[in-house]
Amino acid sequence: MDIANGAALPDRDTLLDWYRQMVLIREFEETCYELYEEKRITGVYLHLYSGQEAVGVGALAAIEPRDHAITSYRDHGVALARGVDPGPLMAEMMGKRSGVSGGKGGSMHLASREHNFWGGFAIVGGHLPLAAGIALEAQYSGRDEVVLCFVGDGSSNNGYFHEALNLSAVWRLPVVWLIENNLYGMGTHIDEASGQPLLHKRAVAYGMRDGGRIDGQDVVAVNCALDEAVAHARSEGPVLLEALTYRYRGHGVSDRQYNLRLKDELEEWKAERDPITRLSTCLEEAHPDSRPAMSALEQAARDQVLAAVKFAEESPAPDADDLVRNVYVE
Amino acid sequence: MAARNQPMREALRKALREEMLRDERVFVMGEEVGKWQGTHRITRGFYEEFGARRVRDTPISEMAICGAAVGAAMAGLRPVAEMMTINFAFLALDAIVNHAAKIRYMFDGQFSVPLVFRAASGWGDQATASHSHAPEPIFAHFPGLYVAAPATPGDAYGMLKTAIRDENPVLFSESIALYPKPGPVPDDEEYLVPVGEGAIRREGADVTLVAWARGVEWSLQAARQLEREGVDCEVVDMRWLRPLDMDLVYDSFRKTNRCVIVEESLPMYSFGSEIAAGIQEDMFDYMDAPVKRVSAMDLPLPYARDIELMALPDADKVVAAVKEIV
Repeated sequence: MDIANGAALPDRDTLLDWYRQMVLIREFEETCYELYEEKRITGVYLHLYSGQEAVGVGALAAIEPRDHAITSYRDHGVALARGVDPGPLMAEMMGKRSGVSGGKGGSMHLASREHNFWGGFAIVGGHLPLAAGIALEAQYSGRDEVVLCFVGDGSSNNGYFHEALNLSAVWRLPVVWLIENNLYGMGTHIDEASGQPLLHKRAVAYGMRDGGRIDGQDVVAVNCALDEAVAHARSEGPVLLEALTYRYRGHGVSDRQYNLRLKDELEEWKAERDPITRLSTCLEEAHPDSRPAMSALEQAARDQVLAAVKFAEESPAPDADDLVRNVYVE
Repeated sequence: MAARNQPMREALRKALREEMLRDERVFVMGEEVGKWQGTHRITRGFYEEFGARRVRDTPISEMAICGAAVGAAMAGLRPVAEMMTINFAFLALDAIVNHAAKIRYMFDGQFSVPLVFRAASGWGDQATASHSHAPEPIFAHFPGLYVAAPATPGDAYGMLKTAIRDENPVLFSESIALYPKPGPVPDDEEYLVPVGEGAIRREGADVTLVAWARGVEWSLQAARQLEREGVDCEVVDMRWLRPLDMDLVYDSFRKTNRCVIVEESLPMYSFGSEIAAGIQEDMFDYMDAPVKRVSAMDLPLPYARDIELMALPDADKVVAAVKEIV
């Protein structure tokens, strides 16, 4: 499988760093799945990023620390790729006080202000106008920062999408709207949910830059397209683009029919287009000496996630004082 | 304190303009707030004075107006987002309720959302059912949001300033019927009405009338009429629907032992229900009569003037309710 469709390949260290992030996300997500099965993570919502790692990692590598990232409820991978420590993220899954959101937000509401990671948001499309508002603040204040807003294909059909994208175009806000098209909004295929399933084409309707559809399983292609989109957003205004990707664990962990219902399709994506396999193949071809380094990163990811689980499980639960804190700024 | 007699509309305009002059982070956004001069003329002259950066005309996109205000507030600005009428805020209920009100809590204090949603509210001009709401209690249902509803120009001035300066999101209801009504407005740019503090509008010994916004006017009219008949009413203006100044209600109730609640809104799951429940829970030993409620009838509002007014509260209905319990 080709990678990057001929785009110039980044250097070995960069590729290895992306590999590090992608295997960390995969390890984190698959561990979350096991912990949920074992009821060590509870609740009803846990939306895993396995299969979509190249989108988050490739896209976030295109923005700077001073820039901003915001996403939907499928937010673990984005948080990790933004550099948030796995320990407090895992603690949030387990509803602990040491969680990034104090155990009050859960899997869908991860955020880290110090990383300019503005959150996971659980209402489909709800974060889109927030992204516009964060971009407005940067523009208003005269700072040339960009907001990278991850958009699920599902949210491309509710009113928030239309209103937020239109507003961003009218005000020329520095937003990159990146649709992660994993083909399904819950269980409904995009072909059955969208009159125009090539979602990036909607850019035309808003008078903004159409960044096209990219292969979301190819981290190099994602990064390359995002570099261009981010540069455009920083100097000209909003961009809409679409990364075609696939989720391995269904809509959420409670989606127990997913693997069965779409078994063949899922197996094909895993076998033919897995983003981690593709990056490792690319690395081995370009840098035949990189296998030991990759193995070390895989082991480091396992160790890091184990440590995160230990940290989370040893952390105290929030108490009655935490329950009533931070409703208002007092 | 020196004061000038001004209509509520001018008081709001003065407060907003002064806060924009005081703090560069304050800006206004909404439908027709700029070149049109504001549908209700609250932002008259702002576009010329402050320019398009700080006086932002928007598309007709309530979800985006409210949602973008939330994002801008999280990032450090102090948006004052105008809903042309509060009826249109229903389109943005998710941005207001699920985002503005909850973000601070959901992320355990990582973000604050210092913004004001201004919304023109109320009924009575044959605006018909979809444009005739006084739904402030709906918004007051949700923790994380404050709800302001001034009854006088002076309060409109001091409460809007407070709302803009506060670190929390505020739904600021402005009664359309009260916009032209004059009253004293303090000549003091630092005049602030504390969040959650009600006011006694008229002292009395026999019955406590609890109201907000237009209900205060009807209550005062009723009190004047009842005075001639020998009934002495105390009128409590709550001013904020959240937080609710129940201590003020209770202090009055301990004295009068009787209460009528007056509101422009609908009767079910209402301001009246809330106040009445509080009184029966906390003031049971002081009750000498049932707590009565005066509100709009439990109906969508019709267009025809003859029947529209039948559905609505007024001073006569307050008088009748008081007479049932004295």
